[in-house]
Amino acid sequence: MKKNKFSRFFRWIEGGQKDSLEQKIDTGAEIRDGAVPPSSREKLYALLEAVPENRKKMENMEIRSFNRLYQVLCVLVCVIFISVLLLTVSYLPRFGGDHNPDNNEVAQRYIENGVAETGAVNLVAGMILDYRAFDTLGESCVLFTAVTCVFVLMKSLSSERTIPLTKDIMYDMSNDVILHQVVTFLFPVIMLFGVYILLNGHLGPGGGFAGGAVMGAGLMLYSLAFGEEKTERLFNERTFQVVSTCALSFYCLSKSYSFFTGANHLENIIPKGIAGNILSGGLILPLNICVGLVVACTMYGFYTLFRKGGI
Amino acid sequence: MLNNLAVNYEEAVAMILFGIGFCTLLFHRNLVKKIIGLNIMDTAVYLFLASMGYIEGRRSPIADPSVPASVSAFINPIPSGLVLTGIVVSVSVTAIMLALTIKLYKRYHTLNLDEIYMFAKNEDIG
Repeated sequence: MKKNKFSRFFRWIEGGQKDSLEQKIDTGAEIRDGAVPPSSREKLYALLEAVPENRKKMENMEIRSFNRLYQVLCVLVCVIFISVLLLTVSYLPRFGGDHNPDNNEVAQRYIENGVAETGAVNLVAGMILDYRAFDTLGESCVLFTAVTCVFVLMKSLSSERTIPLTKDIMYDMSNDVILHQVVTFLFPVIMLFGVYILLNGHLGPGGGFAGGAVMGAGLMLYSLAFGEEKTERLFNERTFQVVSTCALSFYCLSKSYSFFTGANHLENIIPKGIAGNILSGGLILPLNICVGLVVACTMYGFYTLFRKGGI
Repeated sequence: MLNNLAVNYEEAVAMILFGIGFCTLLFHRNLVKKIIGLNIMDTAVYLFLASMGYIEGRRSPIADPSVPASVSAFINPIPSGLVLTGIVVSVSVTAIMLALTIKLYKRYHTLNLDEIYMFAKNEDIG
């Protein structure tokens, strides 16, 4: 094993089972108390010991032959798979050609009528938040569902944790002066940049997903530098629930209204505005804000769920 | 065939990248490496979609409001929107897979899939 600064990481990745920090910090993996029963790994090894000798030998041979077969089959499957894919690529139309079959009347309609019909200068934003807004609602819901799933999975784990995370000195940055100064300077800049990307989604590159990701990263940085207590004043589980639910509901209701009036040729009271202005594009700006809030909450939620098992 | 591959080099690279991810998924027994492999496959799909939407010599689809937009000036905007869907789904799937991996690690104290199978099987017998 090479002795560089990544060696600990590689050892963990390759060894799989032995964590070099196991005795120093709480990884939540072991219960260190004389009164509790041995860890489940020892129990499982004891179960393995109990298997009769001849059956173990037979199983070992089975496993070895299976492994060999698995490797051979893997190579075969990979080679066949890649060659079929490359063969398919060689039959595809020329790269970058303007008469390729995917450049059809749908793209033409989106480009030629996009600015007039959606009011957004950024045609991709007009497409994903106006013509295909239900798709984007689905994406936001996928993110929300994923956070909920991770929440359920990690919540049941955090109740098993025996040593609180406050003893986790190795990763505690809350006394680092340099980090504090840098984050005090950078956090407002990052958040402002995120808001700028969010609000400019219909005018240029950017939009809800990109801006939300930037804001989520800013929140993560803040939480890393100042610890969880200070971040919880800014953003806690309650904020997460209220913001995500409100944003998703607003998105759903406002877009339902716009689809309902559009499909029935009714008068739509939402003004389009002058294309190119910041207040234009009808519903696109509020929808971008909703998506951005959901994404920011989700990104920060993933981080904090994996770090301490709860938002 | 090779000539066509050289013309469609971007799609070919995407497919090779997809194959690399698929190999990682199949050959490694470590669950974290399997997740990394799946993410490499996702990246290949984004590259493929982005290269399908590209049209030579055209700009990104951000129109000038004073000039009527013509289809001959911009690349195809639809694959760009589809890549966004792909990224979101990939992030969500990765998060759920990592959470499940943590759950497995806490139970069996190993990331090796073979060992997990072995322990789970013996647990059933015991």
